Amino acid sequence: MLETIRAQITSLTFWKKWAWIIVRFVLIVGLSFVILYPILQKISTSLKAREDIYSPIVVWIPERISFESYKYAVQIMEYWDTLLNTFLLAGMTTVLTAASCALAGYGFARLKFKGSKLLFACVILTILVPPTTILIPMYLNLKDFNLLGLIPLLTGGKSINLLDTYWPFILTSMFAVSYKAGLFIFIYNQFYRGIPKEIEEAAYVDGAGVTKTFLQIMLPNTMPAIITVCLFSFVWQWNDSFYTTIYLTSTKVMSTQLSSLPFNLNKLITGDGGGQSDPFYLDLVQDTGILLAILPLIIGYLFIQRHFVESVERTGIVG
Amino acid sequence: MVTYEQRKARWGFVYVLPWLIGFILFFLIPLVNSLVYSFSKVETNAEGIFVDFIGWENYRTALFVNPNFNRNLVNSIIDMLVNVPLIVIFSLFVAVLLNQNFKGRGLARAIFFLPVILASGVIANLESSSLIEALNTDNAAGRFIAGLRSFELERMMLEAGVNEDFVLYLTGAVDRIYEIVSQSGVQILIFLAGIQTISTHLYEAAKIEGATGYEAFWKITFPMVSPLILVNVVYTVVDSFASNSTVELIRNTGLTNFNFGLSSAMAWIYFLSVAFILAVSSYIISKRVFYHE
Repeated sequence: MLETIRAQITSLTFWKKWAWIIVRFVLIVGLSFVILYPILQKISTSLKAREDIYSPIVVWIPERISFESYKYAVQIMEYWDTLLNTFLLAGMTTVLTAASCALAGYGFARLKFKGSKLLFACVILTILVPPTTILIPMYLNLKDFNLLGLIPLLTGGKSINLLDTYWPFILTSMFAVSYKAGLFIFIYNQFYRGIPKEIEEAAYVDGAGVTKTFLQIMLPNTMPAIITVCLFSFVWQWNDSFYTTIYLTSTKVMSTQLSSLPFNLNKLITGDGGGQSDPFYLDLVQDTGILLAILPLIIGYLFIQRHFVESVERTGIVG
Repeated sequence: MVTYEQRKARWGFVYVLPWLIGFILFFLIPLVNSLVYSFSKVETNAEGIFVDFIGWENYRTALFVNPNFNRNLVNSIIDMLVNVPLIVIFSLFVAVLLNQNFKGRGLARAIFFLPVILASGVIANLESSSLIEALNTDNAAGRFIAGLRSFELERMMLEAGVNEDFVLYLTGAVDRIYEIVSQSGVQILIFLAGIQTISTHLYEAAKIEGATGYEAFWKITFPMVSPLILVNVVYTVVDSFASNSTVELIRNTGLTNFNFGLSSAMAWIYFLSVAFILAVSSYIISKRVFYHE
């Protein structure tokens, strides 16, 4: 027994193995710390009472645990309303985007027609062009939306202002051009290319038309891709501040409320007097606000994080 | 008599139709409009939009007159050129790490994918301007953490004779570890999924032949994920171009200053630089990618 242990300890491979294990452990712990540090810091900050910010002995655990900043944040952001709004918005776009991109993906993958290659190149183009480039025309377009002249016919001579409603999001999702939708179409496309043709041919032999094949055979198999797309789409929409600030100026969604949080808090505390209250305190409440905003995401994430890697692997992007 | 192929082709068009409508309405038309605006002076008032063709003037203003644009653009490009290789290499490394079997692997993976949900949009912006962060680095423990920078390592490497630029690049990378980590979530995901599809018999055969882990990485793992390297490089470039100071500038010029023409010109210059960089890097990388067939 002792002999084997001695032989092991003096062998080089034993030490090499352990050296690697230690290095790996240090790396993973270190990097995890880097990732978790902001969140932990925010949690600790949000629990601080106002006076604790300046206390030099308070680093992680506050002297007085206070939920005061939570109360402020909830009140100013109108948290529950905002939560509902953001959830609805993200959910709506996710469902519509997942559906329309699935259709387009299947069309490109299995139902080839003349020019489909060119159109697919256009899909890739939509991923590559920065949204900024088409931002201005989109904004102006939506301001006086008239669908190439159709809408004035319907409303009797005036085009409608689509800004500040949910319509821009609904329309873009319905037509598969929402934020990074090109990426989703690409994912679906790769996925469908990975499904053996025999399945479709068997369905054809059994007399199923194209739509029936799609709905009853392909869709159930697409679950991994659908999950992946829904995950990404929901998360990106929830956190999106680019499109929401442009399209929705008065509706309350998380990202807009967060950016205006310090300002509103200031107004609340100084009572519209125009004074400037303590900027550090404003920051503290904003940190709390950020926590509240991402909390639903984190909770959801805890439940489905296992599926992230599995579903990406099974979508076939990686061959 | 319609053949099966023909029927499928027609349906294919129908399935793609929603996207096509969206593409034309919400992408192509705005894109063309943007191009038109960039060449003109755009004014809006209660009646509608007036577009007044003025040629290259907007471009000239953006490049030679506006004090911010050039600086921002060059900064963004340099930032991107510096960050992209780091992010891709880092995520490959982490993916290999996370693929190995060790206790707590699930937890480690969960933590590493966290930036995917957290790092987008608002939160990233708000984070960088957090005063609390600054305050925290001032008191005791904060100073300790901030002091864990790479001064010693940097000095050691310089004295050992390593090229100064290289040292600065590396220590700069380490200092920006947070930035790099938070931008590599999706890439790690893709690499990890890719590594998992490499069949284990390749590794077994290599082990029998006596290959070390290091060799196994460079001869097996690396070639097999090289298509994904291209995917990740493209994705990272696009991602880092989607939100940085240049974008802010373009947006402000457009929506706050109402100078739509200038803003469109800036956006197009920006887009063309992105396209150029993407084309060059894709070309270089795909020359060296190993494909299965």
